[in-house]
Amino acid sequence: MTANPASAGTAEGWDLFPHDADLGVRGHGPTLEAAFVQAALGLTAAITDKPIEPAGEVTVICTAPDRELLFAEWLNAVIYEMATRDMLFARYAVTIEGNSLKGRLWGEPVDQARHQPGCEPKGATYTELHVAEAPDGSWSAQCVVDV
Amino acid sequence: MDPTRFTKVDAYTWRVEPFGDMRVPAVIYADEALIEGMDDKVFVQATNVATLPGIVGASYAMPDAHWGYGFPIGGVAAFDPETGVISAGGVGFDISCGVRSMVTGLNVADVEAVKPALAEALFAAIPAGIGSRSEITLSDDEMDAMLAGGAAWAVAQGWGDARDLERIEEDGCMAGAKPDAVSDKAKKRQRREMGTLGSGNHYLEVQIVDTIYDETVAAAYGLVPGEVVITIHCGSRGLGHQIGTEFLKEMVVTAKDAGIDLPDRELACAPIRSEVGQRYLGAMRAGTNCALANREILGHFARRVVADFFPAADVSLLFDVSHNTCKVEEHIVDGERRTLYVHRKGATRAFGPGAPSLPDALRPVGQPVLIGGSMGTGSYVLAGAETSEEKSFASACHGAGRAMSRHAALKQWSGRQIQDDLRERGILIKSPSTRGIAEEAPGAYKDVDAVVETAEKAGLARRVARMRPLICIKG
Repeated sequence: MTANPASAGTAEGWDLFPHDADLGVRGHGPTLEAAFVQAALGLTAAITDKPIEPAGEVTVICTAPDRELLFAEWLNAVIYEMATRDMLFARYAVTIEGNSLKGRLWGEPVDQARHQPGCEPKGATYTELHVAEAPDGSWSAQCVVDV
Repeated sequence: MDPTRFTKVDAYTWRVEPFGDMRVPAVIYADEALIEGMDDKVFVQATNVATLPGIVGASYAMPDAHWGYGFPIGGVAAFDPETGVISAGGVGFDISCGVRSMVTGLNVADVEAVKPALAEALFAAIPAGIGSRSEITLSDDEMDAMLAGGAAWAVAQGWGDARDLERIEEDGCMAGAKPDAVSDKAKKRQRREMGTLGSGNHYLEVQIVDTIYDETVAAAYGLVPGEVVITIHCGSRGLGHQIGTEFLKEMVVTAKDAGIDLPDRELACAPIRSEVGQRYLGAMRAGTNCALANREILGHFARRVVADFFPAADVSLLFDVSHNTCKVEEHIVDGERRTLYVHRKGATRAFGPGAPSLPDALRPVGQPVLIGGSMGTGSYVLAGAETSEEKSFASACHGAGRAMSRHAALKQWSGRQIQDDLRERGILIKSPSTRGIAEEAPGAYKDVDAVVETAEKAGLARRVARMRPLICIKG
């Protein structure tokens, strides 16, 4: 398992859990929104560990029938923007109202030499898809991403 | 997995009788060591597939089966046209991902003499990795024509060879494609991705034929020891990924409306006869054509490079197979010929000798089944066996399968070190990303030799030839 070293022992962070063919992305935080943001940071980390400049901003809107499908939809929106804009994203912000989400993504065009991107995410799957609130009120959100 | 969870039919066949909501048995083809090495999730996923409406025969898993999403990777399931379902998860995100191999007639000595320059030229000509683009950008009309025409469209545009078409499944063009069923978002995602390789386990390899197992079939396939083959593994790129993403979400909702109780949401499906099912079939077939066109274009790019080095070389297609598909095929079930919708998720069609759809030159010996290994080991060409029909709706394995997660591989190896080690062994790896190389380290993959040997002993396909890499272009 790979995790964000900076998040160790803190209230929010991400980790990547193993899957035979693909990889699992998990975020956690004090709020549902924070968990979604952290999972997106984990998705970025699955592609590159090099610095990304938050030079440009992209906005996405997602809706889904329930919270778990909304999480998959959020990651799929990030994947779509990466693919169609040839960008990598360094920062994310999310607001959620009911089963609707507005996301803001900050990043820059991918530079193969500088970013050394590894696997290319194809889509967020519903395998190991869980969004849950812990007894202490913190949230986690995870699923397997096909790469 | 614990082999005692199965009924051992023979040394290579393991069966789970129906329990719970299973409508048919689950059958896994593997030897005991491969079964023991499989994740328990293969058992769960294979038995989940067996619960889907209209499934016929059994839920099968091939010797390279591993934990996928919904279906196991290496899963095969066939459905009745009237009572069955079509599953977006059962096809996967990379619709019609597959492999093509082209024989060159070049001797290994010819290639060794120019290997570094050839590797550089192929790396320059084959767009690989995140952010790479080819020379091709499609207009709206061109996109629809490509989605309807597949590899035949690519040939008509001058990005291919008409001789190839009979050696591509569906003769290079999947019938029933509906470009209108593909969303604008999916088309936008593909607009600049034609003629790109992608990343992950996709590759272009220059290989040497180093072992022949069946001289008669190898001769029919044009495989000669010491000669050079070019093999490409990739799929439908962003278009297929987006079709899979969108229909997965839609089918999760509509499955409930259709009264289908999904044991796993990733098995999202729709009745074949439903509006959603028909629309997905049209989009999925368009995605298949995208993959067929993409591999044809990449083959063309590779041919142009080879022609620069060897103007007299005749690079001809051995075959092009897809291993993430759902196809309408006729099969014998309990002595009766039936039309079925056959899902193969990480599994290769393996028609045996005499199959009517094969071209004249291949029909007597059976369909080539192209199996990718890792960049440091080898790949195989198999031939569909006469027994594959009765065993698995004429299906076989598709690759080695990962033994280790990408991040475990990243911790264990450096991409630069792998490049150096493989160069010492005569294998040149070219990639825009050293991270990508580390994730695809040969040690992160299972033993492809054991997988294909088991496929042969189980009666799915027969070994014809083994190739080892000389040059590998990775994303």
